[in-house]
Amino acid sequence: MAPTTGPGRTPTQLDQGADTKGGVGESPLRPDGTLKVTGEFAYSSDMWHEDMLWGCTLRSPHAHAEIVSVDISEALEQPGVHAVLTYDDLPTEMKNYGLEIKDTPVLAHGRVRHHGEPVALVAADHPETARRAAAKIKVDYRELPVVHDEESALAKDAPLLHPDRDDDHARHVPHPNVVHRQPIVRGDAGAAARRADVIVTGEYEVGMQDQAFLGPESGLAVPAEDGGVDLYIATQWLHSDLRQIAPVLGLPEEKVRMTLSGVGGAFGGREDLSMQIHACLLALVTGKPVKIVYNRFESFFGHVHRHPAKLWYEHGATRDGKITHMKCRIVLDGGAYASASPAVVGNAASLSVGPYVVDDVEIEALALYTNNPPCGAMRGFGAVQACFAYEAQMDKLAAELGMDPVELRRRNAMSQGTLLPTGQAVDSPAPVAELLRRVKAMPLPLEAQWETVGGEPDVRALPGGLSNTTHGEGVVRGVGYAVGIKNVGFSEGFDDYSTARVRLEVVGGEPVAMVHTAMAEVGQGGITVHAQIARTELGVAQVTIHPADTQVGSAGSTSASRQTYVTGGAVQHVCRLVREQVLERGRERFGTYHPAWASAELLLEGGKVVTDGGEVLASLVDVLGDEPVEAEDEWRHRPTEAFDLKTGQGFGHVQYSFAAHRAVVEVDTELGLVKVVELACAQDVGKAMNPQAVEGQIQGGTVQGLGLAVMEEIVVDARAKVRNPSFTDYLIPTILDTPTIPVDVLELADEHAPYGLRGAGEAPTLSSTPAVLAAVRAATGRALPRVPVRPEHIVEV
Amino acid sequence: MEFLRPASWEEALAAKAEHPSAVPIAGGTDVMVEINFDHRRPTHLMDLNRVHELHEWEIGDETVRLGASVPYSKIIDELAHELPGLALASHTVGSPQIRNRGSVGGNLGAASPAGDSHPALLAAGAEVEAESVRGTRFIPVEDFYTGVKRNALAEDELIKRVHIKKADGPQQFSKVGTRNAMVIAVCAFGIALHPETRTVRAGIGSAAPTPLRARTAEDFLGAALEEGGLWDSGRTIPPSVAREFAELCSGACNPIDDVRGSAAYRRRAVGVMARRTLGWVWESYRATGNGRTTEGGAQCA
Repeated sequence: MAPTTGPGRTPTQLDQGADTKGGVGESPLRPDGTLKVTGEFAYSSDMWHEDMLWGCTLRSPHAHAEIVSVDISEALEQPGVHAVLTYDDLPTEMKNYGLEIKDTPVLAHGRVRHHGEPVALVAADHPETARRAAAKIKVDYRELPVVHDEESALAKDAPLLHPDRDDDHARHVPHPNVVHRQPIVRGDAGAAARRADVIVTGEYEVGMQDQAFLGPESGLAVPAEDGGVDLYIATQWLHSDLRQIAPVLGLPEEKVRMTLSGVGGAFGGREDLSMQIHACLLALVTGKPVKIVYNRFESFFGHVHRHPAKLWYEHGATRDGKITHMKCRIVLDGGAYASASPAVVGNAASLSVGPYVVDDVEIEALALYTNNPPCGAMRGFGAVQACFAYEAQMDKLAAELGMDPVELRRRNAMSQGTLLPTGQAVDSPAPVAELLRRVKAMPLPLEAQWETVGGEPDVRALPGGLSNTTHGEGVVRGVGYAVGIKNVGFSEGFDDYSTARVRLEVVGGEPVAMVHTAMAEVGQGGITVHAQIARTELGVAQVTIHPADTQVGSAGSTSASRQTYVTGGAVQHVCRLVREQVLERGRERFGTYHPAWASAELLLEGGKVVTDGGEVLASLVDVLGDEPVEAEDEWRHRPTEAFDLKTGQGFGHVQYSFAAHRAVVEVDTELGLVKVVELACAQDVGKAMNPQAVEGQIQGGTVQGLGLAVMEEIVVDARAKVRNPSFTDYLIPTILDTPTIPVDVLELADEHAPYGLRGAGEAPTLSSTPAVLAAVRAATGRALPRVPVRPEHIVEV
Repeated sequence: MEFLRPASWEEALAAKAEHPSAVPIAGGTDVMVEINFDHRRPTHLMDLNRVHELHEWEIGDETVRLGASVPYSKIIDELAHELPGLALASHTVGSPQIRNRGSVGGNLGAASPAGDSHPALLAAGAEVEAESVRGTRFIPVEDFYTGVKRNALAEDELIKRVHIKKADGPQQFSKVGTRNAMVIAVCAFGIALHPETRTVRAGIGSAAPTPLRARTAEDFLGAALEEGGLWDSGRTIPPSVAREFAELCSGACNPIDDVRGSAAYRRRAVGVMARRTLGWVWESYRATGNGRTTEGGAQCA
């Protein structure tokens, strides 16, 4: 799918490495690409070890219950069973884990707080034996009333999820069942409202989306002779896992050696631990390697989901379309454990106004503790929920003013220098109006594409697809627009750094760079980009990517659109340290032969040291000899600071990412079925490090947003139980649901970031959903305040 | 679990008589999912893939005798002319991989109200050939579904073939799912015009505990077509007749609310599908004059 309009390229010019093939700005093949497409790639679920056992988790069938007793005797007696573990078998005082707040029990103790909470573990010589033994564990539950929404969570006599909580947020929240609350107040929204000619309000709802990665949670723990354990694992952040695993095992971190294994997608769902500690415990107890692989059913219980949200918004505007003020209240359901809820609240609050200039705001965002499934990180978190609501509000406001919805957005679009509600100035390009202009300028897809010369309709192009529900009857086209803003990197004062180790040496007569980081390649293409950076910075053709493990320092998480920025930045930084060492060695060895060695402008190009005029001074092979050059260092982006707990003011974010979408849909207005015909996207990526990969990110994010718009939802009933934990009933888009996605990439450099790049992975997930809904509203005239929209909502039965 | 692999139909019947709880398996697209998730743990699993006649079909004068294991992809590729409604329904089953393995025999054995082939079988008219060591019986398909995931088979019986009436007029099939492919039916509808008998048959799926025929709607429409002389004149069906037919189809439903859709929506959607598919088959009938047509099945095959 080629861009339909000319990309707006003002890319950062490269000096070093401009002549090196396969460097920054090109699209070399991914090293894992062919293997994945041909089915030969080894995912974490494919691992095998001599004599290994299979682990299995017994999970709670109830959302909230007291555990009266657990009897494992019958399970232990099963032939082939090597171990059955419960809470009582945990080896240290540390029984919990958690990303920020350690409130999640490794195994339930006395009480289960959500449907699917782990209660016991079994290791057996066959997965089936383990499953059957787990079924023989007798757990006597006494069901407790559930807390499942704001009303039940904040009621006076509400059961408290964590009555003894002592986390940092406990002191400032209004109720113990509130994980974190962030107000933001700026200007005087009340006074500004009096200047408004029109005011629109709305109540919106976002359902619980799942990451639905295709590779289920899995890993292999191998006990080591030194009493430690080697864990091969699919995760998003090795060192974060390590810091949570080691204390529970009672091992020093250096005795828990972790290696990344093949990750089959993540999208935030692997930020929290799943089977890591369980497999290690079983391996240490049995003295045998233990593999755990969740099936799809268990996977739906094995990771956190996107926070469902209820959002109340008020916007005012003057007759000429200038927004006067915004008030909003965002209630996120965090489920039973905190996970990433505090950060989700921070994002939702600070980005709740969207990419618009609004000086007078009153904002409140909070996350609840409930007995619903725990929710945490998912692509675009906090910002996705807010974007759905504020973009619906923009359309409402435009309708009220009788103004074109894109024109209204343009008149209020933020730009470089705009102050966010947090008082923070946006200090890099913010081409919001330009992105909207570009998607609007793209040619519209042809009408009635299902019509064929022969007369029989091509049902694949119609709502319902092969289900053959319409041949054009009841089908109405709608067009909608949306734009969003996402923060890049970890915010609110988090020390967000990454570590890289780079070695340059002669192998087989050629200079070869080895890049070693702990970055989790989860499919985003990070290893491809690291090799590109090394080629550019060191002027070499051959780059080896060392497997990611904990033998090198932390790379931070593969999330928050941060990895190319931060670990990419670390690789660039360390490559430059290596380059300096190489030049230093060259000067020592050959400096006397040519005066240009004294120049500060020397480059590494094509395996040689050259002057900026292109004159060759020496080959890298000669400079390096048989002595490698190696460097390792940490690299961090600009520091941020926490938001003030009362006013929400603060330099909380390091960078922003913007994308705009235009959705063209065809809706069967009688059956409520939707065919998204096209989702055009324009996004500023600062610098397209790998244009093909960034286009893939944009298309992937766009489709994930489409999924939230029209089908993806974990249905939880009033007893807090999950109704659809399978791909039979949790639907994700197929290729017949995937529209044409023309992508227009802008490259407006952010001077603060390596190569001027801008984190790209999340922004397209934000605006895709509200654009689709805007288009469906345009086609149907319905209000549709909730995603995913269901046929029932469209036909109103 | 014991795994039985009969080499012939006779062996299969003998094994089923000996082990009445044995679960027959052909493509495995349904049974294996249940076994993998431990929802079902039969004492015996009977692999029917070596029984070659189950993979065969025969086109007779009146009917297609479809072996129980013939996969949907074969129906789409080879039988769209004779069984246009079933071919359309087959197209909506799962993914290409599932269509290469799944079969009408499996759909009948599972007897899920959401099975895609049921409305098409009900509309076309079909009999299930059930056999045991005791003998053979032919069960009209409308009598075959006895409850949610229950059918009329005796415990020693196996489905050998389905005898489906060859289309004597246009047929259509429509299914609502909340995804444009690879989706379980929220509800489904099959319709077949039978100009030879001047009747219309309509089958409804996933909108009641069992697949069912909309008999009141069929009778109403049959009478309206007859009284209006429409079979002969080929005139357009009056909108009021189409509307009434749709409402009667909706009324035939007895749906539930579940995660896939609400009862009210199912009722509404069945009516919409009934009205639209009636329009399509009638237009085909008019266009071809004698009603003998491959309309419908051909377009996607």
